[in-house]
Amino acid sequence: MSGQLSYLGVPLTRPKVGFFELSSCEGCQLQLLNNEATLLDFLNLVEIVNFREGMSERSDTYDIAFVEGSVTRQDEITRLTEIRKNAKILVALGSCACFGGVNQLKNRFRDLEWVKKEVYGDFPIDTMEVHPLADFVQVDLSIFGCPIKKEEVERIVTDLVLGKAVHHPEYPVCVECKANQNICLFELGEPCLGPVTRAGCDAWCTSNRRGCWGCRGPAEAANLKQLEEIMHTYGFNKEAVIDRLECFGGFASYAHTTLPQNKKTPIKRKKS
Amino acid sequence: MKLSCEVNVHHLTRVEGHGNIKISIKNGVVKKAQWEVVETPRFFEAMLVGKHWENAPYISGRICGICSIGHTLASIRAVENAFGITPSPQTAALRLLLKHMETLQSHILHLYFLAAPDFLGTGSVLPLAKTHPEVVQRALRLKLLANDACDIIGGRRLHPTRTVVGGFTMLPEKGQLEKIRQRLMASVPDLLASAELFKTFTIPDFSRETEFVSLKGDTRYPFIGGGLVSTDGVLKKEHEYRAMTNEYCAEGFTSKLSKLSRASFAVGALARLNNNFPQLHPAAREISESLGLIPTNHNPYMANVAQLVECVHVVLDSLRLIDTLLGSPWQEPRQPVHAKKGEGVGAVEVPRGILYHYYKFDKNGKVSKADCVIPTSQNHANILHDIEALAGQYAKTGKKDREIELLAEMLVRAYDPCISCSVH
Repeated sequence: MSGQLSYLGVPLTRPKVGFFELSSCEGCQLQLLNNEATLLDFLNLVEIVNFREGMSERSDTYDIAFVEGSVTRQDEITRLTEIRKNAKILVALGSCACFGGVNQLKNRFRDLEWVKKEVYGDFPIDTMEVHPLADFVQVDLSIFGCPIKKEEVERIVTDLVLGKAVHHPEYPVCVECKANQNICLFELGEPCLGPVTRAGCDAWCTSNRRGCWGCRGPAEAANLKQLEEIMHTYGFNKEAVIDRLECFGGFASYAHTTLPQNKKTPIKRKKS
Repeated sequence: MKLSCEVNVHHLTRVEGHGNIKISIKNGVVKKAQWEVVETPRFFEAMLVGKHWENAPYISGRICGICSIGHTLASIRAVENAFGITPSPQTAALRLLLKHMETLQSHILHLYFLAAPDFLGTGSVLPLAKTHPEVVQRALRLKLLANDACDIIGGRRLHPTRTVVGGFTMLPEKGQLEKIRQRLMASVPDLLASAELFKTFTIPDFSRETEFVSLKGDTRYPFIGGGLVSTDGVLKKEHEYRAMTNEYCAEGFTSKLSKLSRASFAVGALARLNNNFPQLHPAAREISESLGLIPTNHNPYMANVAQLVECVHVVLDSLRLIDTLLGSPWQEPRQPVHAKKGEGVGAVEVPRGILYHYYKFDKNGKVSKADCVIPTSQNHANILHDIEALAGQYAKTGKKDREIELLAEMLVRAYDPCISCSVH
């Protein structure tokens, strides 16, 4: 894309952007292509130099690296370190990159050998405990969500291009859900993590009458004790709370302190 | 004449996931022709063990970022089969409509963004926005329509929110369906223009006799559930999916592989079409014939054309479904679910071919065993054998390295592989 970019008459540089993926479904990258109405405008804001899923050209020179997925194999640490070296700004794109995402559910099992055997039998396969990006490199910016909300990505990228500070909402999904005038899902008999999960998705799931599973991780002051009480009041036991909280890895630190029994699942290791 | 060639494609572009192509030809003899899958496994089948049944569709839908709707629907079907739930006609119609819109979205993404640049001589769709703006705008219009429909029916285009065991959490408004209907009608010229565009593309002349596996349509072109069929004459029931897939592991692949009557088989749009041509909408059949696609076709590059034909079919069939849905008042969106001990299989034709989900539940409704057999994993061995045959066909023709590389890349892309999905 060409043409001088400007904001309020001030010329701006179009940043070189690369998209990369570690262990993931690549859905967060695809969300960008899924934004048909504004895709061409968005592409005009940046210069995409690396996007394996969409283009053949590749480059190691980029200002912003968007990295999707979590680290689940040694070679991904090397790759991530390389990307970090090349990028001025490294963005963790989506819940897998931010918290480990659904991938970290395999960390529930004490025995990685059992995990491998359950899927591959005796065939040798390489894997490790699942980690978010920040366990290995400095992450400058996190974009939460499974999937990410494309409108939010566009806002964040625009802010980056304009040199503005990027802010995340500190309040929980519950606030957005109320603003959307939904019936509370607890009243409809559905468990929900809306009271403790960070907003910014515009109550995407709950506005579709689906309880929140906490994909965006905890709000700034998430009151987990209170959540447990609400869940209890509506007839959901602690196990149901854990079942939701452990899904994307965002509540790992809470699970550690508030729900110590959640550190590992009660699943017995199978003897082979 | 140049009779030697080295092709080494590390992390093939314009496909989902990570795969490598290696070809080595020396003095007209193929020394090496490989397709490698190096994607990291995520272990979904292990992750689900011990989780409450509600997690199965929610988590396993996240196997794939392109066909999350298909995964969710296959998973839901497996859970419902395990619990003895039969979806209501309304739920079945809405699910098929949602499925159709995912098929349209995924096929258009592949045809225009991933495959077309090869035929138009560019590295991506980006330069086409300048040189062929009408082509890009048309692709975006069709994709937007499909994605908007997925939002309206499934709640979200990626990782759908409304699709649950027993039905839907909520229903679209009838006015929204009516608008989608109008946009589908208006999309027909775009589909015809797409067919005209593909008529101008030169499909590589390559053919290798292949066994094709898909669902078997009785009265309609099949998408959700039913019998399994192969062009070699194998017929199986849905719950016998293991006998149809025969998964095994092999060096060079972090994904599992499959075989049936031969060393490999193919699934996908071409397999569906080869096995179910008479059930296609007549207008789709006509377009297929006009593009030279008549069953049984053994040219893997024709999978692109088969996808295009399916786009026409799903749009026209969606009109039928919407008319049915608009013709009667809304019923309850979901039925109650009673978990029980048992096992179930769900077979669904997702854009890249037949997908199976299997779960076993204990008496508390918790997953004790999970198994997902992915279309691309079923295709990997066939891709490998195609690359071998392709290298053999061109070994003595004196083509340049880049020409053979491009043919091999286009071959893999024609399968529209979803590699991270295949490894899951």
